[in-house]
Amino acid sequence: MSIWEYANPKKFLTTSERVLPALWVTAAVLTCAGLVWGFFFTPDDYRQGSTVKIIFLHVPSALIAINAWFMMLVASLIWVVRRHHVSALAARAAAPVGVVMTLIALVTGALWGQPMWGTWWVWDPRLTSFLVLFLFYLGYIALWEAIEDPDTAADLTSILCLVGSVFAVLSRYAVNFWNQGLHQGASLSLDKEENVADAFSNPLYVCMIGFGLMFLALVLYRTGTEIRARRIRALMLRERMDA
Amino acid sequence: MRALLLRDLKLALRAGGGFGLGLAFFLIVTVLVPFSVGPQSELLSRIAPGILWLGALLACLLSLDRLLALDWEDGTLDLMATAPLPLEAVVTIKALAHWITTSLPLVLAAPVLAVLLNLPGQGFLWLVVSLLLGTPALSVIGTFGAALTVGLKRGGLLMSLLVLPLYVPTLIFGAEAARRGAEGMAVETPLLMLAGISAASLALLPFASAAVLRVNLR
Repeated sequence: MSIWEYANPKKFLTTSERVLPALWVTAAVLTCAGLVWGFFFTPDDYRQGSTVKIIFLHVPSALIAINAWFMMLVASLIWVVRRHHVSALAARAAAPVGVVMTLIALVTGALWGQPMWGTWWVWDPRLTSFLVLFLFYLGYIALWEAIEDPDTAADLTSILCLVGSVFAVLSRYAVNFWNQGLHQGASLSLDKEENVADAFSNPLYVCMIGFGLMFLALVLYRTGTEIRARRIRALMLRERMDA
Repeated sequence: MRALLLRDLKLALRAGGGFGLGLAFFLIVTVLVPFSVGPQSELLSRIAPGILWLGALLACLLSLDRLLALDWEDGTLDLMATAPLPLEAVVTIKALAHWITTSLPLVLAAPVLAVLLNLPGQGFLWLVVSLLLGTPALSVIGTFGAALTVGLKRGGLLMSLLVLPLYVPTLIFGAEAARRGAEGMAVETPLLMLAGISAASLALLPFASAAVLRVNLR
C-alpha cells in the first residue's frame, strides 16, 4: 500500500467518489459557518468599521490562490518524474480554481482598498505580484487549451509551470524592490506577538480551513471529470479508427 | 555551432523584414509616445527610460514568432534535433542569433531614440548598459516561449501571453537601472540583479527550451 496506488485512474476515481460527498459537506459547512460567524457575529473594528470583515473572504482566497499554484508545481513535478496521468490532470484541474481564487482576492482587495486606502488599485508589491500570478494562471490555462494531444499538453504545461514558478518568485522579489508598499504585512503567524485579535482570527481560521477543503473537493471533482473526458476522447478516437 | 549561427544570421539578413522590423517597431513606439502622453519635455525625460525599455521589450517580442516557426515548417528543426549537436546548444545558438539580429540593433538604436524622448545626458550610458545586460535574458526567455508554441497554428498571440509574465522581473530591474541612471542615483543594485537574471536564464532556460522542443518534435 503506497500513495502511488492512487495514480491508477480507476482507483483514484472510486476512492475520490467515496470521499467526495463527506468532503463537500464538511467544506460547505465550515465555509458557511466561518463566513456567517465572521460577517455577523464579530464586532466592528474600532478604526476600520465593518469593512474589516472582507478579510474573511480576502485572506482565505489569497491563501488558496498561492497554494494552488504550489500544488500545481508539485503535481507537475510528479508528472515529469513519474508520469502518472492523474497527477497531470490534477494540475490541470487546479488551475481554473486558482485563477478564480486570485480574481476573488484581487476584487475583494479592491473593494476594501477603495474606502480604506481611498483607491481601488495601487502598484503595491503584493497587489502587483498577485496580478502577475493571475497572468501566469491565464497563460498556463491557455496553453492547456491550445494543444490537442493530452500528453504533449501535459508535458509542455508542466515545464511551463516549473519555469513559471521560478519567475513568479523572482517577480515577487522584483516588485518588492521596485516599489515600497501600502499593503500591511502578514496578519497571522504562529510565532509573532502581534496578530489579529482573537475575535477575528478564530472565524478566519474556520474560513481558511473551509476554503482549503473546498479547494480539495473541487480539485478532486474536476480531476475526476478530466479523467472521464480523457476516456471519452480515447473511445471516440477508437471509434473513428474502426469506422 | 558556428555554421548554425552564421546560417541564422545570414537568413535574418537576406530574408528581409525580420531584421529591420524590430527596429522600425521600436522607432514607431518611441514616436507614438509623445503623441499619446503629450510633448512636454520634462514629462518625456522622466518617463523616457521606462518607455525605451518597454519599446525594446515589445520589439523583441515581435520577432520571436519567426525564431523557430520557419525552421519548424520546412523540417530544418527535425534535422537539427538529429544532428550531433545537442538540442540545448541549438536553442542557445538560436537565442544568440536572435539577440544579435534583434536586440543588439535595439541597444544601438536606443541612444538615438533617447534623444527624441529628451533623456537626461547622464542617463545614456546606463540605458545602454542596462539594455546590454538585460536583453540576453529577453532573448533566452523568448526562445523558451517560441519553443513552447512552435507546433501550434496560431502560437503568436498565445506566446505573448506566456512570455510577458516571464519578462516582468527583467523589465522591472532594467527600467529601474535606466531610471536611476538618468536621475543620477546609484545603479549598482538593479544592474547586478539584471545581470543575475540574464546569467541564470542563460544557464538554465536552454535546458527547459530543449526539453519542450523535444516534446514538440515527438
